[in-house]
Amino acid sequence: MSYHNPYTPPRKSATFDDYTLAEIRRAAATGIYDIRGAGTKRKVPHFDDLLFLGASISRYPLEGYREKCDTTVVLGSRFAKKPITLKTPITIAGMSFGALSGNAKEALGRGATIAGTSTTTGDGGMTDEERGHSQTLVYQYLPSRYGMNPKDLRRADAIEVVVGQGAKPGGGGMLLGQKISDRVANMRNLPKGIDQRSACRHPDWTGPDDLEIKIMELREITDWEKPIYVKVGGARPYYDTALAVKAGADVVVLDGMQGGTAATQDVFIENVGMPTLACIRPAVQALQDLGMHRKVQLIISGGIRSGADVAKALALGADAVAIGTAALVAIGDNDPHWESEYQKLGTTAGAYDDWHEGKDPAGITTQDPELMKRLDPVAAGRRLANYLKVMTLEAQTIARACGKNHLHNLEPEDLVALTLEASAMAQVPLAGTSWIPGKGGF
Amino acid sequence: MDLSVKRESLEAMRVFDLATMPLRELNRALHNIAPGANDTNFEVVNPRGSHSVAVGIDQPVTVEVRGSVGYYCAGMNDGGAVTVHGSAGPGVAENMMSGTVVIEGDASQYAGATGRGGLLVIKGNAASRCGISMKGIDIVVHGNIGHMSAFMGQSGHLVVLGDAGDALGDSLYEAKLFVRGEVKSLGADCIEKELRSEHIEKLAELLAKAGITDVKPTEFKRYGSARKLYNFNIDNADAY
Repeated sequence: MSYHNPYTPPRKSATFDDYTLAEIRRAAATGIYDIRGAGTKRKVPHFDDLLFLGASISRYPLEGYREKCDTTVVLGSRFAKKPITLKTPITIAGMSFGALSGNAKEALGRGATIAGTSTTTGDGGMTDEERGHSQTLVYQYLPSRYGMNPKDLRRADAIEVVVGQGAKPGGGGMLLGQKISDRVANMRNLPKGIDQRSACRHPDWTGPDDLEIKIMELREITDWEKPIYVKVGGARPYYDTALAVKAGADVVVLDGMQGGTAATQDVFIENVGMPTLACIRPAVQALQDLGMHRKVQLIISGGIRSGADVAKALALGADAVAIGTAALVAIGDNDPHWESEYQKLGTTAGAYDDWHEGKDPAGITTQDPELMKRLDPVAAGRRLANYLKVMTLEAQTIARACGKNHLHNLEPEDLVALTLEASAMAQVPLAGTSWIPGKGGF
Repeated sequence: MDLSVKRESLEAMRVFDLATMPLRELNRALHNIAPGANDTNFEVVNPRGSHSVAVGIDQPVTVEVRGSVGYYCAGMNDGGAVTVHGSAGPGVAENMMSGTVVIEGDASQYAGATGRGGLLVIKGNAASRCGISMKGIDIVVHGNIGHMSAFMGQSGHLVVLGDAGDALGDSLYEAKLFVRGEVKSLGADCIEKELRSEHIEKLAELLAKAGITDVKPTEFKRYGSARKLYNFNIDNADAY
């Protein structure tokens, strides 16, 4: 009797999957690590792993469209003489002119202003366009200090001292030469066309004790008027939040690893930092331990996409959120309308992340004059405003269903988790149980 | 306290005694100077190492500080003439836009960090990272400077009459560095360059502005960027 060996299909390694193999070949061929924009693309525990319970017999809901659910948020009430009040707790995260086109910055300002929220400068200084089109503008104070000057400091509505960002906690930045146009070069005091490196540490302070003195200097320069935020990447959220409070911050901005960047090494984006979901509760705990919850406001960013995400972040204790990637998508980034051009660049709509190359078909992450023209800042601003309003309405809908008359009244008790990981990170019970890993009970 | 100030000039000065007045009053007064105002002469006594003395000046005022100061003295100065009759802590004249800051004593770390314009004169020594990330400021140091000075310097001039510590001009862009004494080591992408006539002319101008008359521009060596790190190349990775 002859033995016939049955067919077995070729088996690819889970460890050496197609993407990994391609990356090895790419590195071998080019001799350079992969630089890209956006945040982590790996799947991590996120807000999708949480659900709201809604009202039941034990608590009653608010009537949609009739009973008020407030969404206003005041930021900077700790020390600033002029705290800012926003109609919605959804703010626009810092993104630089240089990384983004002037039209894109204008669109962000227009959209944020229509929706009653703030937008934020980035690593490149403040442009007249974004100041002019942003009713409330947060001015970032970054290690590079590109474009930093006291006049802009004074015409800002708040100052954000950037210590780190979620895509690259501990990392600096790089704006490649092809995006250094005459105007960008002039704003950054750099020759045109060279790679512009942004330092990872501030040039004139190191550590929390120095930060306290630095914040005091900024307050003195601006006569104690402006709220001062401190932005950190999601790495050690309990201690970073506590130290930011100790240093005198009015607001702590905490950015998880889903938060985007204009350009960073892929290996950094995918392997450094923690998911947003894992950052919130330790930060809130730090504020509570210091008796500063709701006194120092907490803004959460990194992967916020919908009103549900907003509501979940706020229920876990945040005062507000910030969006970056989602805002870019709202104004036209990765739009299938440009699919044929994405394909020419070797990618597809939804996957385009070579923001540093300046070839963005949507005219957003570019300084190419012809590509920039594709983005109408008025229409794009309107789209952003629509999106912000929809997210706010979605968050209100959920809050009313939980019986809350202000988004800030949402609380962890309103949530359950779908997975053990999310339960442990968000410190809310696994759905159908009273069990939180590490907290006992079942 | 330096008693050399003439009586008549003192009378025209607004005096702020930081032993009895909060810092806020000084900085508020400096910020409330109207353009074209006459009462633009300030004196600060008993600074006792206070931080943020005379920060955010945006008018052509003069400030005489009688004693040593802490962090960030004259930070973001834009048009003021600040003299510290003592030593200065970290970050003196950080991000200066224009004007003049003179330190009669020594300066700590990060002197003139990210400065965009104006002249910083340090009559003693400056510690590490002097002129870090400088973006147009001119700095003249009578004594020595510490390690990592002019790190990522983008533009402006750093003139050192004494010696420079390790890693001078690391990752330098277009700032021009002039050192009269020894340089312990140069940082990545920083090299010695020819001292040409235009540099001698600029040096003479800076030395004159700093009140230095007994030193010749030709006694200096010039250092600048090799520009090899301007665009990333994997074969330069060991330089980073």
